[in-house]
Amino acid sequence: MDNNLLSQIAFYFFAVLTVASAAVVVFARNLIHCAFALLFTFFGVAALYVFLGADFLAATQMVIYVGGILVLILFGIMLTNKLYDVKLKTGKSQFVPAAVIVVVMFAILVFFMLRTSWFQSGSVLSGPTTASIGELLMRDFILPFEVASILLLLALIGAAMIVRRRSE
Amino acid sequence: MIGLNHYLIISAALFSLGILCVLTRRNAVNVLMGIELILNAANLNLIAFSKYSAGNIDGQVFAIFIIVVAASEAAVALAIVLSMYRIIRSVNLDRADTLKG
Repeated sequence: MDNNLLSQIAFYFFAVLTVASAAVVVFARNLIHCAFALLFTFFGVAALYVFLGADFLAATQMVIYVGGILVLILFGIMLTNKLYDVKLKTGKSQFVPAAVIVVVMFAILVFFMLRTSWFQSGSVLSGPTTASIGELLMRDFILPFEVASILLLLALIGAAMIVRRRSE
Repeated sequence: MIGLNHYLIISAALFSLGILCVLTRRNAVNVLMGIELILNAANLNLIAFSKYSAGNIDGQVFAIFIIVVAASEAAVALAIVLSMYRIIRSVNLDRADTLKG
């Protein structure tokens, strides 16, 4: 019971951390603050994956999002702003209509989520998932796996092609 | 007890904040951050349903594919942002209006 209470407290802590830092991403005026708030959002989502028993995905989230995408985004910020003037501000536009639309959409989403009686399976997942994810990828999802690898290769070549300096 | 609905509400909040970021921010890099929030919300939904509703890990495999697509999307989108900055010297999306009639 004590353990259960402790895990609930931890769950709500990470839930609040995730949503609050996502709000900072949306509302902060400084772009660097946005990027570091995004770091905490990714951490919080990885922690929620741990609560859902997805240990491999939590590790993947840390490696790819925090180690890869966030660094890419920081590079993007640094390369598209002049660092010597400290004006890394970002503007907002049409804030009020967008906020109204988003609040209405969120209300509709939550309303129907709570009204729907979702199918609950009795079986409970437990134990590490890495081996079974590997088996599934190599057996049932082998074609999407290969397509995803081709997609990654194409994206890397395409990104290099787009930013290449034309020499002629 | 923590149930499916808790995760769905967190995911809906992340998704809404991502949409708000995409709609209101004018910096292209910041819009990309909003898209990452939306993709994370989708992943959280898939994994929550995979645990509570399906009872197997197929949803986690889908989440891996989403992460792959998110990584390639970030790489290509930042390349586009950099070349846009090189051409119009700005990452303000309202300034990229060359195709406006």
